[in-house]
Amino acid sequence: MAQRRTAWTRLTTPFANIPASTATTLALAMWVVVIGGWALLSYGRVVPNMFLPTPGTVLETTYRMSLDGSLLYHTLTSAKVVILGFIVSSLIAVPLGLWMGTYRAVQAPLEPLVNFIRYLPVTSFVPLFILWIGIGIEQRIAVIFFGTFFQQLVMISDCARGVSRDLVNASYTLGTKRSEAVWHVIFPAALPAILDTLRVTMGWAWTYLVVAELVAASSGLGYISLKAMRGFQVDVIFMAIAAIGLLGLITDTAFRILRARVAPWAP
Amino acid sequence: MGTLILNASSQTAAGSRVVMTETVKANHPAGTVHASGDPRSAGTTMAIEDVTLRYGDANGVLALDDVSLKVAKNEFCVIVGPSGCGKSSLLYLAAGLNDATSGSIKVDGREVIEPGADRGMVFQSYTLFPWLTVRANIEYGPKRKGLPAEQRKQIVDQYLNEVGLASFANHYPAQLSGGMKQRVAIARALANDPAVLLMDEPFGALDSQTRGTMQKLLLRVWERQQKTVLFVTHDIDEALVLGDRVLVMTARPGKIKAEIKVDIPRPRSMDVILEPDFIALKRRILGLLHDEIDEDH
Repeated sequence: MAQRRTAWTRLTTPFANIPASTATTLALAMWVVVIGGWALLSYGRVVPNMFLPTPGTVLETTYRMSLDGSLLYHTLTSAKVVILGFIVSSLIAVPLGLWMGTYRAVQAPLEPLVNFIRYLPVTSFVPLFILWIGIGIEQRIAVIFFGTFFQQLVMISDCARGVSRDLVNASYTLGTKRSEAVWHVIFPAALPAILDTLRVTMGWAWTYLVVAELVAASSGLGYISLKAMRGFQVDVIFMAIAAIGLLGLITDTAFRILRARVAPWAP
Repeated sequence: MGTLILNASSQTAAGSRVVMTETVKANHPAGTVHASGDPRSAGTTMAIEDVTLRYGDANGVLALDDVSLKVAKNEFCVIVGPSGCGKSSLLYLAAGLNDATSGSIKVDGREVIEPGADRGMVFQSYTLFPWLTVRANIEYGPKRKGLPAEQRKQIVDQYLNEVGLASFANHYPAQLSGGMKQRVAIARALANDPAVLLMDEPFGALDSQTRGTMQKLLLRVWERQQKTVLFVTHDIDEALVLGDRVLVMTARPGKIKAEIKVDIPRPRSMDVILEPDFIALKRRILGLLHDEIDEDH
């Protein structure tokens, strides 16, 4: 009696699964639309090439800058800044966030302060950092750190607070001491959520890159974008943006793989 | 299979009523039955004395009102009561997961002041550690105790077999059915060799077929392992199939209203629910509980 559902019904049913092939096709189609639209606007001279380069020019520039090694050099500089800033931030935010989510006595003093700082625009601190730290790589790392840390802290503290009380209670009845609960129960239980938080905030760290390289940098993808702006080299800006996006995609995938490895039990 | 789910939601002012059936009232004019323990067994494992639990300040909700009971060594003691009567709260107090407002709870003569491995607990919700395999879940308690690896392996293997899950040793909890999860939870609690096993409606979330299977399994394990069990349920059949003694609680504030010895011979099969003795006991408990529910309407 059950009539087979049509493909259209399936596509328009809330939460219904679609075949993997359909999903891939849709994803590819999106890129075709975006790049096709870009090609149409640029090759068709709808927008002057001075403002919107053609995909061909961007590819050419990418090829040229790959050959002379400058693309790799700037990419590595930027990656170093983002990754170092992110690692320093995570190394402090994960344990502190776990504490904050676990102990009210840690949360009470920290939370108001963190929520105050968290809403301050990172850019407003750049002059201060230059004054305090100088114009070396440390200053750029500080910007990434500042943009990432306070968000991480609040989110990781929420991960810890979200751990089921019954899980902690059960561990007590199995002989876990109060002082052991954070390490033996709350941390492993919150781990998948923490890894998700790290993945999301890693993306945010990348978005602070250009801000970090805005002033006083002499290399990096953000730096070459700014330099290119002054010389109207829009193709270089496009390339730098694409490179940042690609790096973001790579780190995102790396975190997904890490999560699947570290927490295979979590959905 | 007759499964009765009792609901009692409204509450009256704390202490304003004394609820007793005619038969019980005659013996206990004070309004509280102090359950004494099963005389068949020697020694008391758990003694709950005059425990009162009030949430919040002095005007807060009175959840438990002067509850006293004793659980004898190796006894299977069951508490039944309408939902919201505080029977789970009592178990949390016994586990040391919450503090009573007044009164004392002793296990093997020692005052309960915090949770400990001597009071294993099986919860109604699924509380297996999702990041550990079935084997590692059962091994958790012995590991905390610092037992050597080979001894831990022996214990885990024993309880894996006891609950029939040896072939699932390396599965994660997410890969198990609800009934299997609770079997592991029982094995995990028993692997610690606790003085008393506290069970808070452990089969409440299971379908009735699985519940029957689990009751059978629990009885088999209990008969072999000889454990002291304090089991909380709202299912009268479950209480009578499992228990040596059934304590009936009043609706909030919870008190022990009656104590019923279950003299049905063991080993018991699930068919016991059809026998006249069983039905007579069930009728008696139903009567006691109906008074509680009617009172609230």
